[in-house]
Amino acid sequence: MASPDTSQMSGAGPQTGALITPTQCEIHPPLIDIKPLNYVFDVGRAMSIWPLTFGLACCAIEMMSVSMARWDMARFGAEVFRPSARQADLMLVAGTVTKKFAPLVKRLYEQMPAPKYVLAMGNCAISGGPFKFEGNYSVLEGVDQIVPVDVYVPGCPPRPEALLEGIFAIQKKLVGCRFWPEPQAVAEKGADK
Amino acid sequence: MDINLWSVIKLLVALGAIIALLIANSVVMVWLERKVAGFVQRRPGPYAVGPQGMLQTIADTVKLLSKQIVIPGSSDRFLFLLGPVLCMFPMFIMFLAIPYGPWLTGLEINLGLLLILAFSGLESLAVLVGGWGSNNKYSLIGAARTVSQSVAYEIPLLLAILALAFMTGTLNLTVITEAQTGWFWHWNIFRQPLAFLIFIITCFGETNRAPFDLPEGESELTGGYHTEYSGMGFALFFMAEYTSMMLVSFLAAVLFLGGSSGPIGNGVWWTFLKMGAFMTFMMWVRWTFPRVRFDQLLNINWKWLMPLGLLNLWLTAMAIKVF
Repeated sequence: MASPDTSQMSGAGPQTGALITPTQCEIHPPLIDIKPLNYVFDVGRAMSIWPLTFGLACCAIEMMSVSMARWDMARFGAEVFRPSARQADLMLVAGTVTKKFAPLVKRLYEQMPAPKYVLAMGNCAISGGPFKFEGNYSVLEGVDQIVPVDVYVPGCPPRPEALLEGIFAIQKKLVGCRFWPEPQAVAEKGADK
Repeated sequence: MDINLWSVIKLLVALGAIIALLIANSVVMVWLERKVAGFVQRRPGPYAVGPQGMLQTIADTVKLLSKQIVIPGSSDRFLFLLGPVLCMFPMFIMFLAIPYGPWLTGLEINLGLLLILAFSGLESLAVLVGGWGSNNKYSLIGAARTVSQSVAYEIPLLLAILALAFMTGTLNLTVITEAQTGWFWHWNIFRQPLAFLIFIITCFGETNRAPFDLPEGESELTGGYHTEYSGMGFALFFMAEYTSMMLVSFLAAVLFLGGSSGPIGNGVWWTFLKMGAFMTFMMWVRWTFPRVRFDQLLNINWKWLMPLGLLNLWLTAMAIKVF
């Protein structure tokens, strides 16, 4: 019997530092660019953003509660959490990205078929949050070091409403306008200031 | 059946209508499933895309159409592309044999039941081809589970349906339906309650639906046999699932629930109404019960459904002999 291939089994352990590099995944421009057709496709994409079943830390609890009865992401067609990266559109990076796990986050991103979006949820995923201090050896300071992030949702953790707004921001980025009414209370507070 | 121009035209029209029916069914039923899931969990479900979220499935279809198709480098390219296509093809033939109404059948044959049972085996072959071609451990485990599950659950299904064939003395679906015309106590569900119970349970096993959705097993297999499929490959597998749900619902309506006969105004609409009711029942079950373990799945089959099916068959044969 041949000896097992140790290079594959050792995983990300020793070369972790070397693997924290931006993803090489590039998205090609469309071959045929028909504006009205693209608009139809973009509306379709915006109305069915399927997230990857993927939670890293405590922010994932807020992500779960968004899909539950009180906030219900399903209203906007975004409740279909796909376990396989091949069928997902949105990578919700919900939580602390450790340096040990960063290569796997990158690989998950690379496994997703285009068009794909990344939403960095919570302070840890945005910048390292409370883990950003001198001598930090274990936590990646911002997931945008490895994958391109479309929308940042700050908070520690963000409210479920904030995550919903983040998803609306992705829809706005795709189509160019907001489909849903502004939340009443927030709009009034904004007018006061 | 002699082959002439008229029968060929009729067959082509029937196939076209069946394709339209399958697409309409997937669009409506995926929306309804998500709505039912929402109501079971006390939330509205798809709500904002169109009135009550009715355009949700269309948006999903548009998105899946425009998604990049990833073919893994280490996969068997031919089998990988063949899988999703193969899982839709046998469906068209099976829907030809179903009597939707007294005069509405795609293909009038006297072995309709046998044809449907024979082609339903192809479904698991398609899943096996897709799962093997993906060259992914999760896909392969999911495909192997599908095969062992389908092979196991086909036997009690056959035993349950065989009891009906004993009673009517035919495998012709139209004749089986006509034998149930009249008030609802003529329906086979009241003449063969045990067979109907076995049929319901095997339906979930055959269509890979919860509580028997082990081939997909999201918590352990990340999607099972369709792990590597993106875009339309995945959509075709999904469509095949809803199509096989509709098939068993039509079978339940035709074999056990009296087909096109109803309290007022017999006709095609009763078949479709019963089909819809049975499909909603399947969704209700899916969002109510947790998934079983694989050994439990096989134990239910070999230790309960098989002996019960044989007992039911024996009782039916005795009753026919005595009365």
